[in-house]
Amino acid sequence: MTDTKTLALTAAVAAAVSAYAAAPAHAQAQEKCYGVSLAGENDCAAGPGTTCAGTSTVDYQGNAWTLVDAGTCTDIDLPDGRTGVTAAQLEEWGFNGIKRDLPDDASLTEDVLNQYVTPERLAELSS
Amino acid sequence: MSVTQETFRAALLDPAAPVPDGLTDAAGRPAGRRFDVYRNNVVASLAAALETGFPAVRALVGPDRFRALAIAHARAHPPRTPLMMHAGADLPAFLEAAGFGAALADVARLELAVRESYHAADTAPVDPAALGQITPERLENLRLGIAPALRLVPSAHAVVSRRQAALEGSAQGAQDRPETALVTRPGFDPVVTALAPSEGVFVAALARGAPLGTAVARAAAHDPAFTPAAALSALLAGGAITSLETEPAP
Repeated sequence: MTDTKTLALTAAVAAAVSAYAAAPAHAQAQEKCYGVSLAGENDCAAGPGTTCAGTSTVDYQGNAWTLVDAGTCTDIDLPDGRTGVTAAQLEEWGFNGIKRDLPDDASLTEDVLNQYVTPERLAELSS
Repeated sequence: MSVTQETFRAALLDPAAPVPDGLTDAAGRPAGRRFDVYRNNVVASLAAALETGFPAVRALVGPDRFRALAIAHARAHPPRTPLMMHAGADLPAFLEAAGFGAALADVARLELAVRESYHAADTAPVDPAALGQITPERLENLRLGIAPALRLVPSAHAVVSRRQAALEGSAQGAQDRPETALVTRPGFDPVVTALAPSEGVFVAALARGAPLGTAVARAAAHDPAFTPAAALSALLAGGAITSLETEPAP
């Protein structure tokens, strides 16, 4: 009896481990991608009182990010020739966001905007 | 200022209560209107916190009705913690008391669980291959360390499908069935998976520290057709297993 049980348990554990290995969706690494979020849909389950719960107010907002599968960020099709950019790439180039599709927000002072990359410059850097 | 905190607080949460005596502005004039503004802001901000925190419940009951419920809830159940991200802990019971039924209250419980999971401590998951390498005779007594971000919400209703449909704005097509929601946090954000009730019993037993063999037996007592593979697979995918503690074979 114990042998049958052990056998069943061994088989179940083996099945779970191989199901994990065979599921690329779970193993897939994610990365932060700027400029591709739809309004109010940037990824965040933090809840009220935090700064990130669906706070993007403009589609494709240039200073909001969403998590996407690693390597797909710049391939996402956006209207009117816009492109997304990974957080890692922005950081490497020394920027904090993209200077497009920004909400009318008093906190976006000139100092803040100077840290954002223009779409033209982004296209140059990406090519 | 001759008003006590108790009087002040009671008047804040009761729109019909008179402005407490003794409140004055900087020039010594009675602060009647100013208090009204403050009273309004307190309840409006607490209601807004619930709107942010329970998007699926809000979609299910409708935004206007939810707003009215949120205001009533804010007055009846002021926050028990200053941490706003945990606002609404009493909402599920409040919804049930208001006659909405367990299905909706369970969706609210799941939304709370997702937030708790988000704010739980980080842990590193074990390499799934390490689980595969444990010898069969040690599996029975194996104990799994479970990530603090794991949450279970057992329900007599299709709680996961209902929440998903509400967030997507689609009608819930599938038939109602009992589901236990498993919340894990494989990366930055919590992931919700639907488990069968027996799988929920299995994971709950593991989370309480029961060895694998005992957890399987409890789940099988719940449903003789239970097999642990799918639940284990969900735990691995969710990065919810943080350690493997084997005992020497007998």
